[in-house]
Amino acid sequence: MSQSEAETVDAGAVAATDRPLLEFWRYFSANRGAVIGLGGIILVVLLAIFADIVSPHSPTISDAQSFLKPPAWEEGGSWVYPLGTDAIGRDMLSRLIHGTRFSLLIGCIVVAISGTIGVALGLCAGFFQGAPGILIMRLMDIVLTIPPLLLAIVLVAILGPGLINAMIAVSITYLPYFVRVTRAAALAELTKDYVTASRVNGAGTLRLMVMTVLPNCMAPIIVQATLSFSTAILDAAALGFLSLGAQPPTPEWGTMLADSRDFVLRAWWVVTLPGLAILGTVLAFNILGDGLRDALDPRLKR
Amino acid sequence: MLRFLLVRVSLIIPTFIGITLLAFILVHSVPGDPIQVLAGEHGISAERHAELLKSYGLDQPLPVQYWRYVEHVLDGDLGRSLITHAPVIEEFGQLFPATIELSIAAILFAVVFGLPAGIVAAVRRNTILDHGVMGAALTGYSMPIFWWGLLLIILFSNTLGWTPVSGRIDVAFDVEPVTGFLLIDSLLSDDPGAFQSALSHLILPAVVLGTIPLAVIARMTRSSMLEVLGEDYIRTARAKGLAPLRVVGIHALRNALIPVITVIGLQIGYLFAGAILTETIFSWPGVGKWLIDSINRRDYPVLQGGVLLIGTVVMVVNLIVDMLYGLINPRIRHKRA
Amino acid sequence: MALLEIEDLTVSFATGRGTLHAVDGVSFSVDSGEVMGIVGESGSGKSVSMLAVMGLLPPPAIVTAQRLRFDGRDLQTMRARERRRIIGKDVAMIFQEPMTSLNPSFTVGYQIIEAIESSSVTSRRQRRHRAIELLERVGIPAPEIRIDAYPHQLSGGMNQRVMIAMALAGNPRLLLADEPTTALDVTVQAQILDLLLTLQRERNMALILITHDMGVIAETVQRVLVMYAGQVVETQAADALFAMPRHPYTGVLLDALPERSIGAARLPVIPGVVPGLSDRPSGCLFHPRCRFADRRCADLMPELSFVETARVRCHYPLGTEKGR
Repeated sequence: MSQSEAETVDAGAVAATDRPLLEFWRYFSANRGAVIGLGGIILVVLLAIFADIVSPHSPTISDAQSFLKPPAWEEGGSWVYPLGTDAIGRDMLSRLIHGTRFSLLIGCIVVAISGTIGVALGLCAGFFQGAPGILIMRLMDIVLTIPPLLLAIVLVAILGPGLINAMIAVSITYLPYFVRVTRAAALAELTKDYVTASRVNGAGTLRLMVMTVLPNCMAPIIVQATLSFSTAILDAAALGFLSLGAQPPTPEWGTMLADSRDFVLRAWWVVTLPGLAILGTVLAFNILGDGLRDALDPRLKR
Repeated sequence: MLRFLLVRVSLIIPTFIGITLLAFILVHSVPGDPIQVLAGEHGISAERHAELLKSYGLDQPLPVQYWRYVEHVLDGDLGRSLITHAPVIEEFGQLFPATIELSIAAILFAVVFGLPAGIVAAVRRNTILDHGVMGAALTGYSMPIFWWGLLLIILFSNTLGWTPVSGRIDVAFDVEPVTGFLLIDSLLSDDPGAFQSALSHLILPAVVLGTIPLAVIARMTRSSMLEVLGEDYIRTARAKGLAPLRVVGIHALRNALIPVITVIGLQIGYLFAGAILTETIFSWPGVGKWLIDSINRRDYPVLQGGVLLIGTVVMVVNLIVDMLYGLINPRIRHKRA
Repeated sequence: MALLEIEDLTVSFATGRGTLHAVDGVSFSVDSGEVMGIVGESGSGKSVSMLAVMGLLPPPAIVTAQRLRFDGRDLQTMRARERRRIIGKDVAMIFQEPMTSLNPSFTVGYQIIEAIESSSVTSRRQRRHRAIELLERVGIPAPEIRIDAYPHQLSGGMNQRVMIAMALAGNPRLLLADEPTTALDVTVQAQILDLLLTLQRERNMALILITHDMGVIAETVQRVLVMYAGQVVETQAADALFAMPRHPYTGVLLDALPERSIGAARLPVIPGVVPGLSDRPSGCLFHPRCRFADRRCADLMPELSFVETARVRCHYPLGTEKGR
């Protein structure tokens, strides 16, 4: 918590703000949706970690006897393959469970790359508002002018299809968002007295940027990170769907939907289930992001 | 106000240069020799190779190539498709109206349903209605758009049989392309069934493409309205004894819409990205599908031209939105010089 | 019959940590043409009680009263539509922050005409004319030009005058002024107060002036209501109050006026803070900060009782045998 925020807290709430984590948790947990979102995410993480144990079958080995078997509750299905099989006889449930690994991986890497570079650029743009700042912002504007998915597609076309290239491409398209958010937050903080005080005390620019200003900008950056995490999963899935992302037999949910158009009539589970998995995971992160935003918004502090 | 406009317009130039640079760099980064690609399977002799290299200007240093490229662009020449050999700009011109039609339908859908939803959610804050609308909006933009499209196709086209699966209009109809907008053209044609066919083909893709903008607009409207409703001047309006409908519909809305307009404008950029996926699913013959095909077929002039053109369109739209914002935000409009 | 009758007005909010009574059992009445002042610190409930009368409190607030009448009509049982015919017309309110209390997207003229519209039926030209008249009456120069200005093009003082003009549009019989000068420059404050009092005299309007500044009250009002932590602690005629405050809180408020400390080395300070939700004292709400408090004060909440012409909520009112 910044000093200025701490000062405006009234006498009665001093005890809580002595421990900002506790206070944050109190606001956060009051938002039922946010807690549900967090729960969902924990579930996904657990599935990803224990995927090998929890999955009934291997996600990549196909069973020649069982092409396009429907889920267990439908006619023709069995509990051997609870959610049915795909066109080449792989178990849907196992593929879906293993897909959690890829989705989480995508989210983490994309946010890590675009987050670190974006925040660094944003801080620079905020601190050096002259030529460097303007240059950075112009650059980001240009990147933003190309619709993100199109840019990602073009980048992948250059780099070649594949999960890693897809992640790099998506990271690049997210840079402007982190840059903007960081720059806006940094600019707001720069006008405050504690920054001037630090400067007067002889703090160098780098120290000022990273140790003084950045910690106080974290709230909107964290919210942006959460939202970018979920959008990254969606974009990577889109690339997978277009056969530009993860390649078969990788059990990435978007890739699983790549050829699903053909099965729209015959095998609805091949089309519906991977999408539901994406929806569930992304929804959990978005709810979490919303909850975080509400909990971290200083204006809502009572 | 004028100053605001001039500043905005002048920013276009560096952005446009940036886009051309981007388009140029992107395509020239593609690994592989473009001449080989042109030659395809037939192979090519070393002399012919050198000849073509020269005629395409590919033997010049990059900055020169870039300059040539910009010259061509300003002339309106974006090259020719490697597959169809038609000028890129011509193909774009033929296909763009389809995308525009789809986008306009999508944004109309998003605004017509999203704005009222957001307003109602704000006014009936923390009720079931509010939570319901916001929950739906949240789900809306957590969905992969291509999956949503497939789902709706399963539901409405296959199961219920209400809408067709793909294309812009039934092949049975032959409509004269006057404007390029099938809805208008089919009305102009003498065939009564044509319009209905065009409309029924447009509905599902428009809904799919417009779902995320709808969700974003609903959420944005709600939060903007909530913020405005907490302002002092709303209390004053109520203190004047004005009817609640007037307080919300005129005093609050007028101010709440300002940031929402910006958001609606920004959705335009999204619509192109979303159109790529939507057009692919519904086989909608627009620019998005054209671009995807060009990647799969390695039709690089098309890719380059497409990126440039779309970037330019988005840039212009953003400018218009910016100017509109300046117009409706009273503080900018009436800035004392 | 009094113009405004309030008896046992209570405004409560249900919070996560219990029920907060922002206004607790407030009673008073105002006659036609009377000028009354309500004084108290932030958190005293002075603004909230007036907002409750106007019906401007948002849903989480629960408003109850034994009696809440304007001009003999019961405000509590009235339907919303009926209430809207009184609010903004017979009873008007102006607020503390003129810069944010006007809609930035509409001209001041539009907003004044809106107030006129709701009260009388006239032609557009007449309404505009009346609006210009009002602007002139509240002291805005070149009103025929200013009428088309936007709030952000005018200063704070001018915006407050616009607010007053808007309030006057319906020919109110009662005007509630919630800290009308607090957000303004010192020089402008006097002008606005002056304007309010002049208008009050001209129109024989009842005026309730809400403020935290005893100095504002001094020369202006006939009767004073002192509030603390949601309760009325003293009510008296202004002259009598300044001469002989009965409640210790009123006493320290007066002591805190710089004018009364001429020659002293230090300004007196009231120790402690106004109780919020979590630290409501037992018994008399002021006792933790009161010099004269004893056991009885901590145990028993005093009722409002008469001391000569004043009503005081204190076990030991100042200047009496029981008091000090």
